[in-house]
Amino acid sequence: MALSDILPDILFYLFAALTLLCGVLVVANPFSRNPVTSAMFLVLTIISMAGLFVLLHAFFLAAVQIIVYAGAVIVLFLFVIMLLDLKEEQRRKIKLFGAVAGLVSVGVIMIISLKALRAARPGANLPAPQLEGGTNALGQLLFTQYVLPFEVVSILLLVAMVGVILLSKKDLK
Amino acid sequence: MHVGLEHYLTVSFLLFGLGLLGVIMRRNLLVIYMSLELMLNAANLALVSFSRFNNNLNGQILVFFIITVAAAEVAVGLALIVALYRKRQSAHVEDLTSMKL
Repeated sequence: MALSDILPDILFYLFAALTLLCGVLVVANPFSRNPVTSAMFLVLTIISMAGLFVLLHAFFLAAVQIIVYAGAVIVLFLFVIMLLDLKEEQRRKIKLFGAVAGLVSVGVIMIISLKALRAARPGANLPAPQLEGGTNALGQLLFTQYVLPFEVVSILLLVAMVGVILLSKKDLK
Repeated sequence: MHVGLEHYLTVSFLLFGLGLLGVIMRRNLLVIYMSLELMLNAANLALVSFSRFNNNLNGQILVFFIITVAAAEVAVGLALIVALYRKRQSAHVEDLTSMKL
């Protein structure tokens, strides 16, 4: 088998392992409970997920993912973490009851959904994928069929901006 | 075995589970918010892989809108957390019990 045949599979396993590992470190880092560490591992999760998007030929979304999430959202998170003084937070322990309850409920949900996935086999008899999610194809669709949702989302962003300015005023009424 | 739709969906499910675990287990509002982002990203991954394997671009458009809405949501949510911290000097969910009966 040629290397170019198995390279996407190797890259998939690499990026998937990196995504899940960094996701675990966002949620439950055994070495530090500092929110800054969580934010940094969230950046790594998002970047490796952009790698998965590239493997799925969604090139535009991979770029958007890195620019919007790794660029804007995480910077916002870090600003807020620096703004709040969270030294005291680090000393608090994770409650044992919460951890056990979370692990049990999430474990049950994961078992059910993965079993359902095995039983359903949604990708069993699909044709070979040919879709290319380049900027051209996506822009074509976004400005013809989806032009109304696009404009509505711009209004949503405006509303969010006004809301944030109102909320961060000093004397909140 | 060749990587197909099931593999991507498995990663997406596991990532969603991690986000849910974070929301249940952690007590810091900021980390809960990051876990919410993980869950949104898991949904995005599922949508992109469905879109790719069904040869249908509509899924990627939906992901584009989800990313936009998530950015707006993070901005508003973090502003709320900052406003809350100004009043209570804490970003810890166990200190925010004023709505408890």
